[in-house]
Amino acid sequence: MRAPAKRRKPARSPLAGYLLRRLGTSILLLLGVTLVTFILTNLVPGDPIAAALGEGASQNPVTVAAYVERHGLDQPLPVQYLTYLTNLVQGDLGTSLTTGRPVTEDLATAIPASFEVAIWSIIVSLCVGTALGTIAAYRRGRVSDQVVRVVSLIGLSVPTFWMALVSFHVFFLQLRIAPGSGRLSPMLIPPPTVTGLYTIDALLAGDLEVFVDASAHLMLPVLVLSLFTIGLLTRFVRTAVLEVLSADYIRAARAKGLSGPRVVFDYVLRGASLPILTIVGVAFGALLSGTVLVEAVFAWPGLGTYAYDSATNLDLPGVMGVGLVVGVIYLVINFVVDLLYGVLDPRVRLG
Amino acid sequence: MSVGEGGVKQRRIRRAVFARIPRAWLTPLAIIGLVVALAWIVVAFTASSFIPFSPTEQSLPRLQPPGGEALLGTDGLGRDVFSRLMAGAGVTIPLALLLVAVSTLVGVIVGAVAGFFGRWVDETLMRLTDLVMAFPTVILAMVIAASLGPSLFNAVIAGIVVSWPQYARVTRSLVLSLRTQNYVVAGRLLGYSPLRSLLRDILPNIAGPVLVLAALDIGTAILLLSGLSFLGLGAQPPTAEWGSMISEAMRNFDSWWIGVFPGLAILTVVMAFNFLGDSLRDILDPTSQTERESTGVTHAPAQASDGGER
Repeated sequence: MRAPAKRRKPARSPLAGYLLRRLGTSILLLLGVTLVTFILTNLVPGDPIAAALGEGASQNPVTVAAYVERHGLDQPLPVQYLTYLTNLVQGDLGTSLTTGRPVTEDLATAIPASFEVAIWSIIVSLCVGTALGTIAAYRRGRVSDQVVRVVSLIGLSVPTFWMALVSFHVFFLQLRIAPGSGRLSPMLIPPPTVTGLYTIDALLAGDLEVFVDASAHLMLPVLVLSLFTIGLLTRFVRTAVLEVLSADYIRAARAKGLSGPRVVFDYVLRGASLPILTIVGVAFGALLSGTVLVEAVFAWPGLGTYAYDSATNLDLPGVMGVGLVVGVIYLVINFVVDLLYGVLDPRVRLG
Repeated sequence: MSVGEGGVKQRRIRRAVFARIPRAWLTPLAIIGLVVALAWIVVAFTASSFIPFSPTEQSLPRLQPPGGEALLGTDGLGRDVFSRLMAGAGVTIPLALLLVAVSTLVGVIVGAVAGFFGRWVDETLMRLTDLVMAFPTVILAMVIAASLGPSLFNAVIAGIVVSWPQYARVTRSLVLSLRTQNYVVAGRLLGYSPLRSLLRDILPNIAGPVLVLAALDIGTAILLLSGLSFLGLGAQPPTAEWGSMISEAMRNFDSWWIGVFPGLAILTVVMAFNFLGDSLRDILDPTSQTERESTGVTHAPAQASDGGER
C-alpha cells in the first residue's frame, strides 16, 4: 500500500514543483520589470505631460489639469503603481500617451511585425552560423578556420544601423532590386489578420502578390539583423562542435564506416545541439536589441519603433508595456530552451 | 665605453622583454587589432591638433564631394567630414573606455560580494542582475537615456547600467570556485580578514577572464553609444559623434560620403577591439580551447587537430 504511493510521488512532483518554482520566480521577475520601468519613467527630469501635449497645449492650465486628471497623474506614485498593477491583472495595460490607443492594441500590431523579422533572422543565422561554425571546427587551425573567425568577428563589429542604411541605399535607391521601407508596398492592402505575420496571413488568404511583396520587404531587415547573430552563432557552434569532435562516440561512428554527412548531422550536430540552443536564446535577446535600430531605418512598425516612440515621449504606459513584453519574451525563451534541453538530452534532470 | 655598455644593457633588456612575449601571442589578428586600436586611441587624444577645420564650424560650401578642399567632403551644414570624423574618435572612444571601466568595477564588486558572502546577499544581488539582464540592452539603455534626458553623459550612464551584470555573473562564479580552494582557506585560518582574503587571494586570480570580457565589451560599448546617438538619445548636435553623423546623413541620402565614413570608423574601431579581445581570450582564458595549440606550433600535423584526436 505504501510502496506504490511512495513511488508515485517522486515521479510526479519534481516536474510540478519545478514548474511552480519557475512560475513563482517568473512572476517576481515580471513584477521587478514593471517596477524598474515605472521608477525609470517617473524619476525623470523630463516632463511627460509637456512631451505628450506638446508645447502649446502644455501652456494651458485647463488642458493640463484635465490631462492629469484623466490619467490619474495627480495620485501619489505608489498609488499610481498599484492602480497600474490592478489594471494589468485584468489585461489592461493602459492607454498610450503617444498614440492615444490602448497599449494592448498597439502591442498586438507591433509584436507580430518584429516577430516576423526576428524569426527569419534566427533561421537565417542559425543555418549560416551552424554551417560556418562546423566548417571552422572541422578545419581547425587551417586557413579556412582563420577566415571564418575573422568573418564572424567582423559580423560582431558592424554597426547595424549603419549597415541598414547602406543596404537600403545600395539595394533600394541605387540598384532598385529591394522594395522601400515598411512591411508592404503602399498600394497593397494587408492580408486579413490571423497570425499577424504578413507572409503567413497572405498565404492563408491565398494572396500570392502580397506574399511576394511582404517577403521582399523582409529581405533587407532580416539580412542586416542576421549579421550580428551569425557572428555570435558561428563562434559558439565552432566551440561546441570542437568539443563533440573529440568524443569517443564520434570516433565509433566513423570507425563504423558511416558517411561524412551522416556523422555531421546525426552525431556531431546532435551532440552539439545543447550549447547551440543556449546561444540561440542569447541571440534572440541580441536580435531584440538590434531591432530597435534597424526598425528605425526601415520604418518598420514593430516593437523597436514602438519602444523608441514611447521612450522618447516619456509615455509611461507604452514603455511599461514594452518592458513587460520583453520580460515575458525573455522568460518564455529561457523556459523553452530549458524544456528543449530535456528533449534533446534525456540525461538532463530538472534542477 | 659606458655608452656602449648602456647600449648592450638596453639591448639585453629589450631582448628579455621580447622573450617574455610568447610567440603564440603574435598572431596577425592580435597585431592588426593592437595597431588599429592604438592608432584610433592616438587619434582620439590628438585629433584637435591636426584637423584642418573646426568640427562644428559651418564655414565650407555644403555637400562637397570628397577630394576637394575638404578631404572627405562636407556635410549638409558645410562642415568638414574629415575633421568631424577625427574629432568623433575623441568623443566616443574615451567614453566607451570609461563605460567599460566603470561597469567592470561595479560588476566585479557586486559579483565578489555576492560570491564571497553568499546566502541572502548573494540571492538579492543575483536576482537584481537577472532583472537587468531580462531587458534587451538597447531597449533598457534607450529607456534610461530617454528618462534622464538625451545627452552623451546620460548615454554612458545607461550603458553602465546595462553592462555591469555580465561582470557580476562571471566574477561571482569565479569567486565561488576559488573560495573553497585550499590556499584561500589557509589564509582565512591564518586570520586574514574577509576583505583581505578577497583582495589578496581571490581577486588577483579572476583578473584574466574579467579582462577578456572587458576587452570584448569595448566594441559593444562603442556600438551602444553610437547607436543611442544615432537614435538622438546620445550626443546632441552639433557634437561630432559618429552615430549622430550617420543619422544626419539620412537627411542627405545622395551625399554618400556623409554617412559612409563614420560607419567605417565605427566598424574599424570595434573590429580592432574585438580582434584584440578575442586574441586576449586565447592567451588569458584557459577554459576556452581555441587554436592556441595549433597556432603556437603552426607546422603541427593537420590531422592532429581535425577531430581524430582524443
